[in-house]
Formats: sequence, C-alpha cells, structure tokens
Amino acid sequence: MAGKRQSTEKVMRTFFFCVATASIAVLFMIMVFLFMEGLPVFNMVSVKEFLFGVYWYPTSDPPDFGIYPLIVASLAVTAVSAVIAIPLGVMTAIYLAELASKRVAEIFKPIVELLAALPSVVIGFFGMVIVAPFLQQVLGVATGLNLFNAALMLAFMSIPTICSISEDAIYSVPNALREGSLALGATQWETLWRVVVPASISGIATSVILGISRAVGETMVVLMVAGGAAMVPSSIFDPVRPMPASIAAEMAEAPFRGDHYYALFATGIVLFLFTLFFNIIADIIATRYRQVGEASL
Amino acid sequence: MSDSKSNGVKMTSKHLDFYYGNFQALHDVSLEFKKQQVTALIGPSGCGKSTYLRCLNRMNDLIPIARVEGKIMLEDEDIYDPSLDVVMLRRRVGMVFQKPNPFPKSVYENVAYGLRVNGIRDKGLIEQRVTESIQRAALWDEVKDRLQESALGLSGGQQQRLCIARALAVEPEVVLMDEPASALDPIATQKIEDLIHELKKEYTIIIVTHSMQQAARVSDITAFFYIGKLIEVGDTDTLFTRPRLKQTEDYITGRFG
Repeated sequence: MAGKRQSTEKVMRTFFFCVATASIAVLFMIMVFLFMEGLPVFNMVSVKEFLFGVYWYPTSDPPDFGIYPLIVASLAVTAVSAVIAIPLGVMTAIYLAELASKRVAEIFKPIVELLAALPSVVIGFFGMVIVAPFLQQVLGVATGLNLFNAALMLAFMSIPTICSISEDAIYSVPNALREGSLALGATQWETLWRVVVPASISGIATSVILGISRAVGETMVVLMVAGGAAMVPSSIFDPVRPMPASIAAEMAEAPFRGDHYYALFATGIVLFLFTLFFNIIADIIATRYRQVGEASL
Repeated sequence: MSDSKSNGVKMTSKHLDFYYGNFQALHDVSLEFKKQQVTALIGPSGCGKSTYLRCLNRMNDLIPIARVEGKIMLEDEDIYDPSLDVVMLRRRVGMVFQKPNPFPKSVYENVAYGLRVNGIRDKGLIEQRVTESIQRAALWDEVKDRLQESALGLSGGQQQRLCIARALAVEPEVVLMDEPASALDPIATQKIEDLIHELKKEYTIIIVTHSMQQAARVSDITAFFYIGKLIEVGDTDTLFTRPRLKQTEDYITGRFG
C-alpha cells in the first residue's frame, strides 16, 4: 500500500517536472531560433553598422541595414509614454489605495482592469481614427500618426499594469506605519509621501518597469499609429518606425533567409535584449528593496 | 497622591461613550490623568482599554464607523471640538504602539521624521533632538554607531525603544502606550519599564497593559476596565492589595480574564 502511494508520488512529481521543463525548453528554443536566424546578418554588416547606421533601406540595391532610427524610435516612444504613464498610473494607484472611499475604489478598480483587457488593436484603431485627426487639426502637425500619438496609446496600455501593481504594493503597507506617522502629528499627506510611498517604492518601481517593458515590445499600436517613417525624429510630432513595427510590417515581404529576413531577426534580438534588460532591472529592484508588508510581487 | 486635585490634572474624560457603528464599546468612562504620573489601564481582552487609549489622541478617527460622545479635555481644551486641529493634538499627545512599528528608514531618520513633519528645518537642532531622544529612550549606546542603518535591522526591544524615542522627539506632553512590552522578551520589557520610570518625571504617561505585574510595577494609578465600563480606579498599591469591588479582586487575583 505504502509502496503504491510512494510510486504515485514519484509519477506525479516526474509528470510535473516534465511539464515544467517542456514549457521552459520551448521558450529556450524560441530564443535559440531567434539568434540562429538573426546572427547571419552580421556576415553582411558589422554590429556597429547595424546598430548605428542611420539608413534603413532594406529593399534598395544595395540595401542599407542601419537600425539606429528604429532604436531611437523605440526608445523615444517608450520614454514619452513613460513620462505620461508613470505619473498617471502611480497617482491613480495612490488615490485608489489611500484616498478613495471604498465605494469609489470598487467602481474604479474594475475600470482600470478593463483598460488592461482592451485589445491593443482596438487602442491602435482609436489612435488612428480619433487621436490622429485630433492632433492634425488642433496642433496643425503634418501627420497625426506620429511619435506622440504612439506614446499616448502605449501609455494607455501601461497604465493598468503600473496602476494595479502599485496599488497592490501601496495597499499592503501595514497600517501600523500609517498610525505611527499620524501619531507623531504628521498629516495624512505627509504620511502618504514620506512613509507609505517610500515603504512601497520597490513595488511601485517594479510596476513601472513592467509597464514600460510592455510598451517597448508592444507591436500593434506602434504599427498602426507611429507613422512608419524610418528616420531619426527631430520632434515628438514626427512619424517614427519603432523596432516591433518594422519587424511586423516587413516580415511578410522579406524573402526567406535573405539578408532582409536576417536583419529583421537581428532587430528582434536587439528588442529582446531591451526587454530583458528592463526585466532584469525590475528583478533587481524587487529583491534589493524588499517590500515592506505582504505584497505579493 | 498628595498633589492637589485641581492642579495636577493633565487630561480628563467625562462621560465618554464610544461606538463602533451600533456597538457601544465604552460606557460612560470618566477618568483623570495627572501630570508626572503613570496611569495603567488594565482589564481582560476586549474590555475597551485600548479603544479608550486611542480616544485620547483621536487615533480612532481613522475608523470610519467610529463615534464618540462625551468629552475629553487636554488641560482646558476639548479635544473633540470640531475646531481643534487634530495634528496639533497628536503632537501634544504621543503614542507608542503594541508592536514596534519603526518606519523603513534609518535609525536617525525614524526619530528625525517627527521633527521634520513638525516643520523643524534646522539641521543642528534636529541632530541635537534626535541624539537627546535616543539617549532618553536608553538606546543611545546600542545604536550610536549605526544611526544610518535601517531601523528594521534592530531587535524587537530596540525597535520599541526607538519608537519611544521617536515619540519623545516631538516633545509631547502626554505619552500613550498601548501594551508597549507585549511583543518583547523579559529583558527588553525590563528596559521599557525602567524607561517609563524615568519618563514619568517629565511626562504624563498612560499605559495599557495585559500584565498585572507590569501595572503594579510601573504605575501610580490603576484603572480596571471590564466590558466597556470603568469598574474601579485608584492608587495602584491600594487597588492591588485592597480592591473595593469583588469584580476587581477576581480579575487581579486571576480568577477570570
């Protein structure tokens, strides 16, 4: 009897081990594939030319594979969206966790989560049909499909991530800290800024980085609303072509295992390294500055 | 106690009723707290002693369904008067909590925090007050070399003394202590009790405690609460040796609660 039970345990453990290994293996193989398909481009251009070349004319003869404008576009769109999304996301989180009455919070929280459920193509569509004409008419810019529009739409996509993780972190700061602060004659405002927010800063920082890394890799929105011009922008109202947009737009037309194809995969590698970088930072922050209280991050 | 009754009084509650929603947690509590005295509030769990303590600096304001009737006077001010600034009240009536709750900041910043939020900007003054407060809380020797380290790295007893130092730094007139030693080992408890003896020279101290021995050791006056009512109050020595009421006697002799 006991022997049978033990063997069941063993079988179950092996089964779960296999499932876990399989999913990790698949992801790992995708990564290997990415590098296999991307690295050959460096037979044609040097790493430096590829990363810092300012011309992206993959179909000219001879082609130019400089992704510098694409990198700048990705970084610029991400940076502008971060500038919009971080204050809005964090302040909304503070409001919901600390200031809102229970009833208001109950209404607002699902709405924020609903925003996370919006398919990115819908957000892109909104950017194209509503925001772009608005920007064109009100600001008189040449095209409404531009860096700013893309950043705005990406901000909408990262706000729910930033907001819900931050809210969780702020909410889980023990009440004892708030009481300790108030009992010293601090106002609610001082308590919030000088005790509660610092105590949850690791959660807030993690949320910000996860939100931003989502924006870096986001494809559909930038494909639809960024404008698509592969040039280094000189203002935030210039059309741009971030890396994911370039890959998505061109992959279907790039000849299989041609130089263009390899160049797109190599762009994918660069993109992967960017998001990896953000995720590692998030991880470091989360472990170094431990959350006070019981946030489940 | 030989102080004249009218002069030495720091805080008074008059016919205080307290409600959580429809539940009445305190019934008609009238008490006086004198300067330079330690008053212990004792009674079984749920008797309302902590609730009462938290009325004295309006910590219960944080509970939305809480309601207070009656009066609490700090000298001649009604602390529940709508025009009273509750932030000012809490500066005058400090509090030490049951579990040590240092902020996740350095030892130094924990104590400096109260000064900073009270508008003190002068760095020299802050440093002086921080040092003094930590010394008065009998913690200086243990932390003087680690002022810039996180307060969360201190032991429980050190954290609690840091919380006392933090409360003292803003120079309150009354210090409320809500079972300050209940989470501590006997040695740390001893230190806190010694500290209370020191502090009563300057402050009015009101302490909630579960330990009758502690009440007997540290307090001058003891008030016994039971099911939301103040049953008996008197000199600690008298109350513990010759209680007037049977209920009090049953409690202090350990027959219930």
